[in-house]
Parts: sequence; structure tokens; C-alpha cells
Amino acid sequence: MRAVDALMECLKAEGVDVVFGLPGGANLPTYDAFYDAGIRNILVRHEAGGGHAAEGYAKATGKVGVSLGTSGPGATNLVTPICDAMMDSVPVVFITGQVQTHLLGTDGFQEADTIGITMPIVKHSFMIQHPLELPRTIHEAFHVARSGRPGPVVVDIPSDLSRADIAYEPVQDVHLPGYQPTTTGNQKQIRLAAKALTNARRPVIYAGGGVVAANASPQLVELATVDRLPVTCTVMGLGAFPAPHQQWLGMLGMHGTRTANYAMDEADLIIAIGARFDDRITGKLSEFAPRAKFIHIDIDPAEISKNVPAHIPIVGDAANILPRLTAEYRALDPDPARLEEWWSRIRTWQERHPLRYEDSDDSEIKPQYMIKALHEATGGDAIVTSDVGQHQMWAAQYYDFPAPRRWINSGGLGTMGFGLPAAMGAKVGCPDQTVVCIAGDGSVQMNMQELATCSQEGIAIKVFIMNNHYLGMVRQWQELFWDRRYSSVDMGQWPDFVKVADAYGATGIRLTDKGTLVDDMREALQTPGPVLVDVRVTPEENVYPMISPGQAARDMVG
Amino acid sequence: MGEPATKDILSLDELEAAVGLRTGRKHILSILVENKPGVLTRITGLFARRGFNIDTLAVGPTDDDAVSRITLTLDGAVHPIDQVTKQLHKLVNVLKIRDLEPAETLARELAVFKVSTVDGATRAEVVQICEIFRADVVDINKRSVVVEVTGGCDKIDALEGLLRPFGLVEMARTGEIAISRGRSET
Repeated sequence: MRAVDALMECLKAEGVDVVFGLPGGANLPTYDAFYDAGIRNILVRHEAGGGHAAEGYAKATGKVGVSLGTSGPGATNLVTPICDAMMDSVPVVFITGQVQTHLLGTDGFQEADTIGITMPIVKHSFMIQHPLELPRTIHEAFHVARSGRPGPVVVDIPSDLSRADIAYEPVQDVHLPGYQPTTTGNQKQIRLAAKALTNARRPVIYAGGGVVAANASPQLVELATVDRLPVTCTVMGLGAFPAPHQQWLGMLGMHGTRTANYAMDEADLIIAIGARFDDRITGKLSEFAPRAKFIHIDIDPAEISKNVPAHIPIVGDAANILPRLTAEYRALDPDPARLEEWWSRIRTWQERHPLRYEDSDDSEIKPQYMIKALHEATGGDAIVTSDVGQHQMWAAQYYDFPAPRRWINSGGLGTMGFGLPAAMGAKVGCPDQTVVCIAGDGSVQMNMQELATCSQEGIAIKVFIMNNHYLGMVRQWQELFWDRRYSSVDMGQWPDFVKVADAYGATGIRLTDKGTLVDDMREALQTPGPVLVDVRVTPEENVYPMISPGQAARDMVG
Repeated sequence: MGEPATKDILSLDELEAAVGLRTGRKHILSILVENKPGVLTRITGLFARRGFNIDTLAVGPTDDDAVSRITLTLDGAVHPIDQVTKQLHKLVNVLKIRDLEPAETLARELAVFKVSTVDGATRAEVVQICEIFRADVVDINKRSVVVEVTGGCDKIDALEGLLRPFGLVEMARTGEIAISRGRSET
């Protein structure tokens, strides 16, 4: 059979039921093979949309997403999703077409050095040199993408090789001698961590996206509830610990709750699980959690002591480590009374500094209220994707996520235009769930073309645009730190999103009245097919509280 | 799962952090990699992206065709070596990394120096210095000699320092390669 037909067999063997991509000259053979392979292939309108859709699919389902593009511009259009998947550890296999081998290096039509361009932003990549390598390489790519710390893998296939006739033998195992991720945590370290926990008086669990990736949420809850360890999550980890919950402090970081950030600031022991001490978490590094010792649990040894020195590093899979840590901790019979003082301090912060905003006294929709209304309209039960900016932070603050894989956003790279295609991928992966995208009016325009894909494929996502006609987060920074010199942030009244929706065969709705917002949102959610809702909100509202850039957590403002 | 947990007191104050160590000395990393296209680019790209500076780099085959050895030196005063090696380990094509202990390591570099010699007396002096360093004169003409020397980089630095005043026309150094002393594998 042709190498590309073998590729289809490999994809099926890996359990792939859907791919997102766009054909072109160099991957014509691959698309020819899709014609009767029995794998759903969703024709996106831009490769970036396909890449983010594959990410959304992977984040919602926990399976490996697959995204395809042709050579040259097809591949370069995938650069943003590849980098996004790298930063947020999303398992996606990107399969790109490449020019024929005799044209490689000649600046041939639609030739780009895909492997070279993507090298710094992939977990690993493969250039197919011989058609016989293809089956094994595909399985290796899936193995690398999903195991250890997940991430993007690129497979670049020259078109002549993909057409070559090969004898296909199903591949039973992969052989990557240089790739052996540590998954089992060291027992001595786990025991030491349990002891440290027992002796901590002001502990905080700081959980990140790694807990979600490890499917270790139940184990996290179990550890936290041995006695009463307070829990905060990063923007990537939201849902890993169910909100609301008695022990839930809210999100931490730049726009986290005061309670979470103050708790980190005063903690004597911080248990970081699948989190990487990003600058949006630590603020001024030299003043981050100055009294704390750190237990750092991560599957990637390079994250340990990268930004913040760990006192008890434990390398491995959170799903392996947490139950063992819980058992050790429970065996030590920790005294819950030692946490009384700590909890009373936390309760004081919670009472004094809840998330708050000034609601309008007329029909104006405050952006924070928009999120609360959406929470109510969806019963708090939707898969929510977002773009990047103010709406993302408000969604993270005000939509309580009761379970993991419900909150899908671009945390590390901060990619505008992520939300709509990610929702599309999530909906394809979880067709029975309500999938909502909370978008910015700026962000949504970056991948709005995928509405056509949604209409054509019957992917019923509900997009709620928080429309303040600004690049809101940039405007906020200009207001706060650049003397209100609003440079290139006013998006005006364009486009008319209702007409856009109409043109794409989706339903367009405009909402401007707070009084009927929840009901109107319910109606939008019940409208069949893709729906684009233009929600007009207060134009100049700021996200608070905030750790100003370069400042310490205890100096939060707002 | 080892011995049962004990409830000894552990003061959090006793815990010490494993900080990214800056050792303040030169490090020689011996890296075994799969002999595949682009592997060197992955390594140098990683160094560039993370802001690590490579002092010297030497690449060559090993006894196994499928494996190449990269010997790389870098300054442990500037870089947290553990972070460097951990990042390198994440590269799928990297098989093994050894941070070689200076006392247990044989490190050698090859250098060639082209030295200007204006007259017979200078030439004689250059040749005499070379003898002391067990360096070989491999090319000679009226106005210059080319000297070849192997050794640790300190020795080569020293020879360079002595030859420079004569007028060093140009020089080339390979960067160190290294292997561990004794029976065990590097």
C-alpha cells in the first residue's frame, strides 16, 4: 500500500477518530488517503484554526489531537498552535506535507524548513527520510506527544515519500532509547514531603495544569481533604480542584484572588503540583512566598528549581505520586488543630477581600456580570474556552469550574484567537456537552473564519463575545501604566458580529440588556447550530485585583 | 514501599533547597546522541534559546555508528549546570549526558598556530618553545611556521600566550574532547 494508506492504519491504531486540517499540494496524497479511510477529517478555513481545534479536542478529551497542513505556508500557519501546545503541554501531533525530496533545499514552491522553524517549539519532531520509516514514526510521535509531560510533535512528510509503495506491517512497540520519562515518584521524597506537611502550620497546595493533564483531580481532592489543606490553582489548573469548595482559595497570580495570593505570601510550606512558577504567578520573584519551603511535584525534572528552588523535589506523574503521598500523610495522623489559626487568617481575607465589582444600576452589562450570567445560564456545567485578555481573566475569576477539562484556554503563550477553534475541537470531542467560547471582540476576529467550518460540519458551539470594542487588557495597561495614552486599542464598531454570523450560516444575536441577560443567554444556548452572541459590555472596565507587573503579591491593587 | 512512616519531628527550617547551582568552574559535558540529521541543531538551538553560552564544542563518531559524541564545555560560573543538563535530557535524541569530574577526566584539544618568524633567531626561539610543549612544527617557510599541539586547554592557552608576542598570524582550535579515566564508561 502507499505510505499514506499506512499512515491511515497507524492513525486508526492510535484511536484517532477525527483530524483537523487543510489540504494543499504537498499533502494531496494524505488527503487522498483520507477519502476512504473512515477517519473524520474536518476541513478548517485556516491551519491555525485547525491546530487550535486539535488542542481544544485534546484538552477536552485527554486524547491526542491531530492537525494537518501542507508544506510552506500551511506549516508556518501552524507555528502558533504548535508553540501554544508546547507552552501549555497539550498532546497534539501535527502532520505537515513537505515538497518532494529532490526539491528540498532548493527554495521550491511552497517549501519551508518546517522542522527548522518549529524546532524550538516542539516536544519533538520527525522528518521522514524514507517511506518505510513512516509507520513507526507515527507511533513514536503519538507516544512522545501523550507520555511524560505532554506536548506537540511535528511529523514532516515529503510528498514523494508519502506516495511510495511500502509493505505495511503493524507496529507493535516504539523504541526511543533517549526518551524515558520518570513517572514513579521517589518513595523517600514522598515520605519526606508527608512529614513536612504534617509539620506545616501554614500550608498551601498550588496546583497547575499538570494535575489536569495527569487526570489526577480526584487524587488531589483526596490529599487536600485528609485534613484541611487550602488549595489554589493556576489559570491552567482551574477545575482540578472543584469550585466552589470550603478549601478553595480561588485562582492565584496576577489576577488571582487576594486570599490565594496572600496565602502564598504567608505560607510556610507550598506544595506545587504540576505547576511551573510562571512569572504571572510569582510576580517579583525575589519577594515571592518569602517564608515558604517548597515541595515541587512535576513530571518534568527541568521544571524543578528552574524559577523557584525546591526543598523537596518529587519527579513523576501526579496520579502516581498523590495517592502515595496521601497514604503517607494519613499514616502520620496529622493534627488538624494545627491549621486552625491559618484557616481563621484565610477566612478573614476571604471575608475582607472577596472578588468584587461595582454593578451597574441600569441595563448596562458589566463584564463580570456577563460571566456570572453565563454561569447561571449554563448551570455552571459547560466546557468553557476563552481567548486571551480581560474576558479570559474574568471568566477564570467568576465562572466556578466544578471539574477538570471544563476550562480550556491559552495560558502560557496567551494566544488571541484560540477560543473559537478550541471550542470547535472540544465540541467535536465531547458532542454531548454544552461548549461555550467566551471571546473578546478583538481576539475572536483572529480565527472567526472557523464559524464556516462549524456551520458546514454542524458543530454547535456557542460563542459569547464580550464586546467592549477595545483590546481591553492592553487598554487597561495603557490606562494604569502608560498615562491613559490609548494607542491602537480602539476596535471601533466593526465588524457587525450579527451579520458576520449570518454570513457564515450561524445564528447571530446581540445582547445589551442586563435585565434579560440570563434568559437571553439560555435562549442562545438552546438555539441549534453554531451561535455567535455579541454581548455589549461596559467599555472601560478593569480586571481587579491585580499584582502589578514586577510587584509582590502582598502589594495587590484593586 | 520501604519502611513504615515514622512521626519524627521534622522542622521545616531543616529543609534545604536544591538551588540551580553555579559551580564557578568550567564544565565538560560528554553527550551521547543518536546519529540523526538535525541533532546538533537541536542542542545548539536549545543553548541559544535558554541563553546558555557554549565555550567549545566538538562532535565526532563513537564506536557505535548509530551514536555520536558531543563534547561541550561551558562556564559553571554563569550557568546553572543542573538546569542545562536537565534541559538537554529532554531532547529525545539525547541518550546520555555526563558532567565529567575534572580529576577523573582526560581532556584533550588540538590546536594549530601560524607564527610569524622574521629571522632565523626568532624561528629558533619558537621551535625551542614548541619543544618544551611537545608541539610539532608542521609547516615552515621563510616568514612563518605552523605549529601543531595537543593537550588540555590550559596547556594550549599557555603556548598561545608564549607564541603571541612573535606575531600570531592565525590559529585554530578544535575544542576539547574528553573521556573518563579508568575502566568505566564515560
